[in-house]
Amino acid sequence: MATAALKFYSTTIGKKMVMAVTGLLLALFLLGHALGNLQLLGGPQQLDGYAAKLHGLPALVWAVRLGLLLALGLHVLSAIGLWLRNRSSRPVRYQVQRFRETTYAARTMIWGGPIIALFLVYHLLHFTTGQVHGSFEKGHVYANVVAGFKVWWVSLVYIGANLTLAFHLYHGMWSWLQTLGMGHPKYNRWRPIFAAAFAGVVGGINIFLPLVVLLGIRR
Amino acid sequence: MKFTLKVWRQTANPKDTGRFRTYEASDISPDTSFLEMLDIVNERLIERGDDPIAFDHDCREGICGTCGCVVNGFAHGHQEGTTLCQLHMRSFDDGQIIWIEPWRARAFPVITDLMVDRSAFDRIIQAGGFISIRTGSPPDGNAIPIPKDDADLAFEAAACIGCGACVASCPNASAMLFVSAKITQLGLVPQGQPERWDRVRTMVAAMEEAGFGACTNNGECEAACPKEIPMDLIARLNRDLACSLLKK
Repeated sequence: MATAALKFYSTTIGKKMVMAVTGLLLALFLLGHALGNLQLLGGPQQLDGYAAKLHGLPALVWAVRLGLLLALGLHVLSAIGLWLRNRSSRPVRYQVQRFRETTYAARTMIWGGPIIALFLVYHLLHFTTGQVHGSFEKGHVYANVVAGFKVWWVSLVYIGANLTLAFHLYHGMWSWLQTLGMGHPKYNRWRPIFAAAFAGVVGGINIFLPLVVLLGIRR
Repeated sequence: MKFTLKVWRQTANPKDTGRFRTYEASDISPDTSFLEMLDIVNERLIERGDDPIAFDHDCREGICGTCGCVVNGFAHGHQEGTTLCQLHMRSFDDGQIIWIEPWRARAFPVITDLMVDRSAFDRIIQAGGFISIRTGSPPDGNAIPIPKDDADLAFEAAACIGCGACVASCPNASAMLFVSAKITQLGLVPQGQPERWDRVRTMVAAMEEAGFGACTNNGECEAACPKEIPMDLIARLNRDLACSLLKK
């Protein structure tokens, strides 16, 4: 079984399925993360209380962190394997190449990945460990977020990165059923709508929160 | 009608890396097909003592899968659901510049000019092996019951003529649509069941061995396919490969 699984992973289809499953897990986390962060609107007590509640369950926090790290690692590893293969599959390029069906989101998946990865490192150093944050205080989530987003270019980085993320999520959420072989004519027409809604909710909330601080609605 | 052709020329010499050449195609009837237009250009080239443009063609009625070039950036040209031989010059603008390139893929090396070696597809088909059927005298019609929906979808998949437009149009030069059509065609009907799980493994292995790219769900293949084979079949191929993992 183990050798069969490795053999399956050695195929491009196997790698794509690993990308679909890990991508789906990461996307579900992002949805939860975004919905949780909406509590910024509830004020300092609400958001700090939510953070304290989560950190009161260290087993859960670390299980999720390790799970996400594993999923992210496999997602990136598979992406690199597929990218290297796809890069070499057409050594002589077309003089003229026109597209009919592919989307901007689909064609920029490979560039969205590294941009989001760089942003993730920045985001963790900014709001989780605080090294790149001017006035970081552990546990004071609300104050950290407001102080962070008040810097206009920090907000701009968050907004730009989350636009990229929304495009990445759109193609990913459209693709995973196809890749896992679960597409079906009965519901295929709903897939782009679902993908746009998912990417819109996650990207929208993550862009809305810095704007809330920048516009002075929360201070 | 009159056209300016920018045609990829490459000799069989492996050291030749090829180049575009410009040809004027004048006095072309709007009713000529694309390949007939190339024939006319070639006759004039031969009269001049030049080498004619080499291109693949056979039936010229859209059913054999031999012809195909990338024309102005589209595999088989801009008209959907049409092979290159069935594309007519009336669908171009008079005086238009037309770029004509061979299929581009590592797995499809150029032989000469617009002709490419598609034997990678043959190797995939060979890797699929045989199907166990009773040979001998013809069986009675409808002796094996097949659900209508399955028969229809298998037939839709069987319309694949193996021209390679899916590979040519894919941003990753992936052959997934071709392989998925073959897997679906045989996997949906009772006659294809005995070797179903081995077949998907060996055909995918041959596909990867040939150096095609991976699918990134762009959908360019189904848009370019002259037989309009849907990319839903790729989901079916993915499912069969995953299921084959669980079968002996």
